[in-house]
Amino acid sequence: MQLLYLLIEIIVKCVVVFAGLMIVVAYLTWLERKVLGHIQIRYGPNRCGPFGLLQPFSDAVKAFFKEDLVPGRSDKVVFVMAPMISIIAAISIFAVIPFGNQFTLPGTNWVVKLRLADVDIGLLYIFGVASLGEFGIILGGWSSGNKYGLTGSLRAAAQMISYEVALGIAIVGVLILSESLRLTEIVRLQGGGFWNWNIWYQPVAFVLYLICGLAEINRTPFDMPEAEAELACGFNIEYSSMKFALFFMAEYAHMVTMGAVAVTLFMGGWQPIIPQLSFIPGIVWFCAKLFIFLFFFIWQRGTFPRLRYDQIMKFGWKILIPLALINLLVTGLIVSLKG
Amino acid sequence: MAENIATIFQWLIFLGVAFTSIIASLLVITRKNTIHSALFLVLTFLCVAVLYLLLYSQFIAIIQVVVYAGAIVMLIVFVIMLLDLEQELRSGLKLFYSKVIGGLLAVLFLFGIIYSVVAKSPTGKMGSYTPDKVSANVKAVGEMLFTQYLFPFEIVSVLLVAAIVGAVILSKKRT
Repeated sequence: MQLLYLLIEIIVKCVVVFAGLMIVVAYLTWLERKVLGHIQIRYGPNRCGPFGLLQPFSDAVKAFFKEDLVPGRSDKVVFVMAPMISIIAAISIFAVIPFGNQFTLPGTNWVVKLRLADVDIGLLYIFGVASLGEFGIILGGWSSGNKYGLTGSLRAAAQMISYEVALGIAIVGVLILSESLRLTEIVRLQGGGFWNWNIWYQPVAFVLYLICGLAEINRTPFDMPEAEAELACGFNIEYSSMKFALFFMAEYAHMVTMGAVAVTLFMGGWQPIIPQLSFIPGIVWFCAKLFIFLFFFIWQRGTFPRLRYDQIMKFGWKILIPLALINLLVTGLIVSLKG
Repeated sequence: MAENIATIFQWLIFLGVAFTSIIASLLVITRKNTIHSALFLVLTFLCVAVLYLLLYSQFIAIIQVVVYAGAIVMLIVFVIMLLDLEQELRSGLKLFYSKVIGGLLAVLFLFGIIYSVVAKSPTGKMGSYTPDKVSANVKAVGEMLFTQYLFPFEIVSVLLVAAIVGAVILSKKRT
């Protein structure tokens, strides 16, 4: 019986996390258009429902009913598989993110932990799955049989490899402080008030993480793979209807993941700002902090122009990686001096 | 009851993954399209990672995914896209000698594997690090690397630095 209950718990948690993530992704597209609209002094979507709140659903219906084109010169199997790889990788990263502490089901003594998997290698899992997700973008551009698509995917490959290095080195600083790859452990060590958050101990790593994270998810100012002005949409130029929607959803899901990892590593995860406010459930704190990051991602898109391709590569290799290495050395030195 | 189900489940996963990895590695060397070969290589690496997970070594499994399936195959795909291999193949690339040498090496490795499996009975001796301790804890792996195996670790890092510097120098010479 215990086994059956456990199975039910796992399935319910998977469904809830998946549905929640999809709802967040749908309304993130709405939020992005609204915020960008206000930044550019226009209204944004406001026809579908109050404040345009039904816009994501009308977009989904539109994507479903559009004609699904597969170009004749494309590599058909890879062309169909690429968006699937992207979305599967973007969603599966969420398996290790801790959304909150545990609670006991009312009326029973069954403890529900608010995370799907609490593995010893949590942070490495995130990196591994994220690097698999890059195959989606690269194969999508290559299989289209289109020169803009190929250029986009080549740029994506170069950019992601470069920025993944800096991202990885930047995070090692946090790992030195928390002495664990387990995400729940990292969150637990940041408990007891906002002054214990890693953002105060690793400010350089935090800034590096945000910059490299933006490059990882191909957002402005690093959206080289799909630079509209030069590549006419880049890697997804030949994609239409639901396949394009899958790429789009994968990008936004990846954005949510980047935010969630930033919350977990630097902002104390589901821990409250001050211990006196711990009567508010952890998941509310988690969502509130996540919202700050998501808003930041949208806000900076409306603010910064796109970099040139060679500037991006130079910035990554000559500035970010040395900075990350210095941060790592200084952190290691201080930790070893403190004993 | 519960343990039985777990064992059966593990066996099913093992059989599925093992056969998939064999088929995928056969497809790697038989596909004409190099990108397809690279993709089947990713599939092979992922299957091997699952095999590591079944052996309770999470750390090795995820390193397999990050380094091999992620970074190395990504580099291979990147290089394949830059080179126009199809044109080279059409212009008649002779592969006879490399096929012979590669075949001989493969047979040699096969004998090596068979010998090591048949000749030695795989019973390890008990040390202070039990499989549970090593697998469940990245710390244990790190401790071993920086104490008992420090010297090989340092040699490998020097070798890697030399290789990186060499690559930079070679690419600078050409321009």
